[in-house]
Amino acid sequence: MSDISFVRTDMLPEQEPPATTVGFVGWARANLFSSPLNAILSILSIVAVLFVLSVILPWAFMSSWNATSLTDCREQIAAAYGPDHHGACWAVIKDRWVQLVFGFYPPYPIDGTAHLGSPPEGAWPAYFRPIATFVLILTAVAPVLFDKLPRKMLLITAVFPFLMPWMMWGGTFWNPVGAMLGFGIGYLAYRFIAPIAGSLAGVIAAALLPIIWWLFLMGGFASTMQSIIALDIPTVNSRKFGGFTVSIFIGVVAIVGSLPLGIILALGRQSDLLIVKALCVGFIEFIRGVPLITLLFVASTLLNIFLPPGTEFDIILRVLIMVTLFASAYMAEVVRGGLAALPRGQYEAADALGLDYWKAQRLIIMPQALKISIPGIVSTFIGIFKDTTLVSIIAILDPLGLTAGIRANAQWNGIYWELFAFIAFVFFIFCFSMSRYSMYLERKLKTSH
Amino acid sequence: MSELATERQIDRSKMHVGSDVAIQINNMNKWYGAFHVLRDINLTVNEGERIVVAGPSGSGKSTLIRCINRLEEHQQGDIIVDGTELTSDLKNIDKVRREVGMCFQHFNLFPHLTILENCTLAPIWVRKTPRKEAEEIAMHFLEKVKIPEQADKYPGQLSGGQQQRVAIARSLCMKPRIMLFDEPTSALDPEMIKEVLDTMIELAEEGMTMICVTHEMGFARQVANRVIFMDQGQIVEQNEPEEFFNNPKSDRTKLFLSQILGH
Ligand SMILES: Nc1ncnc2c1ncn2[C@@H]1O[C@H](COP(=O)(O)OP(=O)(O)O)[C@@H](O)[C@H]1O
Ligand SMILES: [Mg+2]
Repeated sequence: MSDISFVRTDMLPEQEPPATTVGFVGWARANLFSSPLNAILSILSIVAVLFVLSVILPWAFMSSWNATSLTDCREQIAAAYGPDHHGACWAVIKDRWVQLVFGFYPPYPIDGTAHLGSPPEGAWPAYFRPIATFVLILTAVAPVLFDKLPRKMLLITAVFPFLMPWMMWGGTFWNPVGAMLGFGIGYLAYRFIAPIAGSLAGVIAAALLPIIWWLFLMGGFASTMQSIIALDIPTVNSRKFGGFTVSIFIGVVAIVGSLPLGIILALGRQSDLLIVKALCVGFIEFIRGVPLITLLFVASTLLNIFLPPGTEFDIILRVLIMVTLFASAYMAEVVRGGLAALPRGQYEAADALGLDYWKAQRLIIMPQALKISIPGIVSTFIGIFKDTTLVSIIAILDPLGLTAGIRANAQWNGIYWELFAFIAFVFFIFCFSMSRYSMYLERKLKTSH
Repeated sequence: MSELATERQIDRSKMHVGSDVAIQINNMNKWYGAFHVLRDINLTVNEGERIVVAGPSGSGKSTLIRCINRLEEHQQGDIIVDGTELTSDLKNIDKVRREVGMCFQHFNLFPHLTILENCTLAPIWVRKTPRKEAEEIAMHFLEKVKIPEQADKYPGQLSGGQQQRVAIARSLCMKPRIMLFDEPTSALDPEMIKEVLDTMIELAEEGMTMICVTHEMGFARQVANRVIFMDQGQIVEQNEPEEFFNNPKSDRTKLFLSQILGH
C-alpha cells in the first residue's frame, strides 16, 4: 500500500464553535473590532452616541409635565432637579394638545361658529368629525395594506376619497355624490365613444367630460338635489383647519391622489401618441423643476389673478390640488422606473395572449412595475407627508404654523425645543410606520425564491 | 444535435396536412428604420403543417414569425391568418392573436402569478371563460405537459424546461389553431430540451399547425413536413426535411447545414 491511502475509522463528533466567534463577543469582533481602524471608529462612535444620550435623556425625562406656564415649569424643574438642570417642559404639549391635533376645528360644528365652551344641546362628542374622518381613513386603508381583511372593505376604500372631504368641510351630501358621478360620466363616455370614434377620442372624452361636469355642472346639481332632498351637515371654514388634522388631511389626499395620477402620467410618458406624451413630459418636467413652495405661493396668491373676481376658491382645496400635482409628478417618475425595469418579454407575452393595452397594464405590467417601485413609492409618500409642513409658510396652521402662535402667548413665550421635538416625534411615528410597512410588503410580494 | 433527443415512437396518424390555408403571406417586406429586415416573403401554410424555420442568427426568423401575430408590424405586402388580414385594425389583430399561440425563447411567464394563474389569465380576461372552467382547462393542459403538481408554484420556483412547458400550456389554454415557437429550447440545458421537444411532438401528433424557429435539426427531420431556410431576410430554400437535409440546393444552405450539424 502507498502512503496516500487513507481510510477513516472513527467519525468526528460535532463540536461547539470557539466562544470568540459566537454570541455577543463573536458579533462584536466581527462587526466592531475587525481591524484597528474599525476599532477606533467603533469606539469614537460609541463615545459620540453616549455623549448625545447623556444630554438628551436627562433633558427629556427629568422634565415637567404639569405646569401652567413656562416660568411655572422652570420653577418646578429647579425645585426637583436643582437650579442648573435643563429639563424639558412637556407641559406645553399637555396644555396645547387639543390645538396641536385639531387646530381650530370647532369641536361641535352646529352653525359654522366654533363652540369652544360647553357642548350645545344634542351635540355629538367633541371633535366627532375629524376623529370619524381619521377612523374612516384607517378603515379605508386597512384592506389595501393587509389582504387578509375581507375584500368587501374595499368598498369603503372606494368611497372614502369622496366622503373624507365632505366629512371635514361639511355641506350637502350631494357634493360627494356629484363628485362620484363625474367618474361615472368618464367611464360611460369611454364606453360609448371609444367603440364609435376610436380609443383616443374615448380617452379624451373620458378626461374632458368629467372635468366639465365638476367645474361647471356639479355645483348646480348638488344645490338642486339639496333643495329636493336636504342632506347636509354644518360647514366648517377652511381657515379653521389646523394642527395634525390638516397635515394628515393634506397628506392623505396627496398620497391617495398622486398614485393613480402618477401611474397615468407614467403611462402617458411612454405612450405612442405624440401629443399625450408631450403633455405628460411637459407637466412632469415643469413640476419637478419648480419648488413646492413656489407652487404653494401660486396657489395662495397668484391664482386669484387668473380667477374671475369674486370667485371663492377654497385655500385648502387649492393647496390640496397643488400638493397632489406636485407629488404625482414625482410618483410618475418612480413608476416609470418600475416600468423600465420590466423586460420587453412581459409586454410581448401579454400581447401574444390577446390582452388589450389596459388589461395588459392592469394584470401584467402594473402589478410588477409597482412592486419593483415600492421603495420609491413609499419614499415619495413619506416625502409628501413631510412636505405638508411647508403649508405653514402660506399661513395654514399646521403643527409648525401653530408653534409660532403658541410661543407668542405670554404663558409659553420662550418655549422652543419641546414643541418641535413633539412634532418631530409624531411625524417620525407616521413616516417610520410607512417605511416598515414597505419593507413588510416587499418581503411578502417576493415570488422568486 | 442531428439526432432527436427522444426515443419515443412518433405517431404520424393525425399529422396530415389539410387543404385549408392557415397562413398566407404575400410579397411581404419589413424594415427596421432603414434596415430591410424581411425581403419579399411569400409563404403559404396549410392547416396541420409543421414548419421548421432555420437560418443563421440575425437572418430575420424571429421577425418573420412575430409578424404573424403582429408583435411586429410589416410595411408592405399582406399577411392573412385564418382568413383575417393583419392591418392596423385592432379588431383584426385581436382576432388573430386569439387564434395564434406563441412560445418565446425566454418563456416570458408572468413572475407575479402562479402557474395556474398564468394559464387562466387570458381565458378569463380575453375569452371571458368562467374562472372555474378556465381552471379546469388549465389543469387539463398542465397535465398534458406533465406538471399539474406545480400549479400553485410561481414561475421562479420551476426549472427552465418546466417553465417552457408551462408557457406552452398557457398558450394552449387559449385553444389556438396555430402555434408559433421562437427558439423554445435555445435557453435550456440539454437534459431539459428533451422534455420540451416531447411536448412539442405531442402537439404535432394532435394535428396542430406549427411554425417553429429552432436549431433542433433532429426535430426538423422527424416532425416537420417542411423546412424553410432563411438568410439575410429572405427565404433561401424550402423543402421536405429528407430532401432539405440530404440534398440541399443552395450553397448557403449547405454551408449552414455543415456548420450546424457539426461535421
Ligand atoms: N427592434 C429592432 N430594431 C432594429 N433592428 C432589429 C430589431 N429586432 C431585430 N433587429 C435586427 O433584425 C435582424 C433580424 O433579427 P431577428 O429576426 O431577431 O433574427 P433571428 O431571429 O433570425 O436571429 C437582426 O439583424 C437584428 O439585429
Ligand atoms: Mg431569433
